[in-house]
Amino acid sequence: MTALLDRLDLLGARVIGLLAMLGEGAMLFFRLLTRGLGAFARPRLVIDQIHFIGNYSLVIIAVSGLFIGFVLGFQGDYILSRYGTEQSVGLLVALALLRELGPVVSALLFAGRAGTSLTAEIGLMKAGEQLAAMEMMAVDPVQRVLAPRFWAGVIAMPVLASVFSAVGILGGWLISVKLIGIDAGAFWGQMESGVDIFTDIGNGLLKSVVFGFIVTFIALREGFIAAPTPEGVSRATTRTVVIASLLVLGVDFVMTALMFR
Amino acid sequence: MQTRSVNISVGLFVMLGVAALIFLALQAGNLATFRRGESYEISAKFDNIGGLKDRAPIKSAGVVVGRVAGIGFDDQTYQAVVRLQLDKRYAFPKDTSAAILTAGLLGEQYVGLNAGGDPDNLEPGARISSTQSAVVLETLISQFLFKSAADAGGGKKENAQ
Repeated sequence: MTALLDRLDLLGARVIGLLAMLGEGAMLFFRLLTRGLGAFARPRLVIDQIHFIGNYSLVIIAVSGLFIGFVLGFQGDYILSRYGTEQSVGLLVALALLRELGPVVSALLFAGRAGTSLTAEIGLMKAGEQLAAMEMMAVDPVQRVLAPRFWAGVIAMPVLASVFSAVGILGGWLISVKLIGIDAGAFWGQMESGVDIFTDIGNGLLKSVVFGFIVTFIALREGFIAAPTPEGVSRATTRTVVIASLLVLGVDFVMTALMFR
Repeated sequence: MQTRSVNISVGLFVMLGVAALIFLALQAGNLATFRRGESYEISAKFDNIGGLKDRAPIKSAGVVVGRVAGIGFDDQTYQAVVRLQLDKRYAFPKDTSAAILTAGLLGEQYVGLNAGGDPDNLEPGARISSTQSAVVLETLISQFLFKSAADAGGGKKENAQ
């Protein structure tokens, strides 16, 4: 009997802990959304963060996009030529990049490149009691430290995903037109007739905005609730990558199912 | 000087994103052929639309002149009602006929318009009366098979006689 009660006790504590964590996260999210807009009263902070989060991620995003475009060009040609339709490799590359790979892969890279540094930065600020010191001076750390980074991430993510898709399409063009020798007119023409500006480009952009919210929020939150020790910061950084990647993939599945049925 | 260079690089970053989007919209998307507002809508009833989809192109003489704006079902006549959104620049005679055609053997289906000779033009909201349904490949194949089977059967009879 007592064993059963112990089990129930444990289960209840787990559920309550989970709910508390979710509620805490939701509260932080709404604080970032509402009071965080005050960050734009000092655009300097946001611009500096865009520079750090966005500009420095540009190289890895562009190079990855180029190589993914190369691979899509090769693979698309390999498979489509079996059916004699290698002319539509441009459409394949464009749809794959715009709908899925552009937003998702750049969000995963973004989590690894920018998310980890955000978590580590916030976590160390917490470990060094800088956030507590701010609160002592009646400066809200959410508004002063977290919000500029949050909005910078949300702004940078769609830009990075667009660059990724554009560079990827250029990569696919290099391989399939310049190297394999598919007709350039067919490559661009099939792409143009098959890609819809709202369902494909618009939805891809919407995805990247949502992923920007997810990745940046997870990174900031993990740093904000990290245990203020070196070990805590390292764990928080790991959790940022794991949780953000899984969430991006899961949300991408749901959004794809809703958008492109 | 430090803030100025940061500003410039952030400005370049955002410009790059906008440029990438414009490139995607123009080169990969159909922004150049996409127009809204300067169009008028007519409708047509078909017995069978096959695999026609929303936003499928409407072509006349092979040129895209509009897009399918919506597909509905009329439960009085049991026909499909297709709303056709045509570019305002192109006017068609009243006795224009519409057909559902297929691009290539297995390609996408589109609506083809064949202009008639009537001096009056189709008004917005008008209905095209003469339509031709989609050719469903399965029906065509089964017709062919039945026909060849019937021919073979008939041939045997003749031989027997």
